[in-house]
Amino acid sequence: MKLLYFSWVRERIGLAEETKRPPPEVTTVGALMAWLAEQGEGYAAAFADPALLKVAINQKIVPPTTPIADEDEVAFFPPFTGG
Amino acid sequence: MIRIQQETFDPGAEIKALTQDRTEIGAVVSFTGLVRGASSGGDDASHPTITAMTLEHYPGMTEAALADIEAEAHARWPLTGSVIIHRVGRLLPGEPIVLVVTASAHRRAAFEAAEFLMDWLKTKAPFWKREETEAGARWVEATEADEAATARWAQSSAG
Repeated sequence: MKLLYFSWVRERIGLAEETKRPPPEVTTVGALMAWLAEQGEGYAAAFADPALLKVAINQKIVPPTTPIADEDEVAFFPPFTGG
Repeated sequence: MIRIQQETFDPGAEIKALTQDRTEIGAVVSFTGLVRGASSGGDDASHPTITAMTLEHYPGMTEAALADIEAEAHARWPLTGSVIIHRVGRLLPGEPIVLVVTASAHRRAAFEAAEFLMDWLKTKAPFWKREETEAGARWVEATEADEAATARWAQSSAG
């Protein structure tokens, strides 16, 4: 699935986007964040406190219990500060 | 009308373009947000001077979010037109960041819709601000005040 990172999530991981295939037992947004936290130091720093983050699947914000699918675009970011 | 762009804009020109030759418009309200020269540090004592602000956004989601926000304003108020322009990229103090213009037959709708659009823009559009100061750079944090401002527009569910 396509993963996008914004703001300090992007800075800590060092990537704006990538494609990853999580193991089959990772079926929800929450599980995906926990799995990503194990993928390296930058990821651990980005996902240290998932409660700080919002997640969008295919550009719609969703709660952590939401299931994920291989063809999804999943984005991780802190709350918006535009305007 | 919605635009997301790096280039600066001229609020006067946008208002003129919206209202020219439109005799049904009796009221035009506009808001322009600018980059300040001091950090948004709230009430604390140190306000390091902002030297630049960078706006990051989520291409694709940004356009969709602004379209939804615009549609919501037009559904709630009798607007004859509106403009939302939001810049992205690296901006300097004094530069404009965002423009909201609303037009209606009468002033109440224009005033309320403009305030609504800004409150929603602050919390529902995927932009992130990074401030550079002499003390270093930091990501601006979302505030409870902005969330509260958005919440006050919540409507009770219709029957």
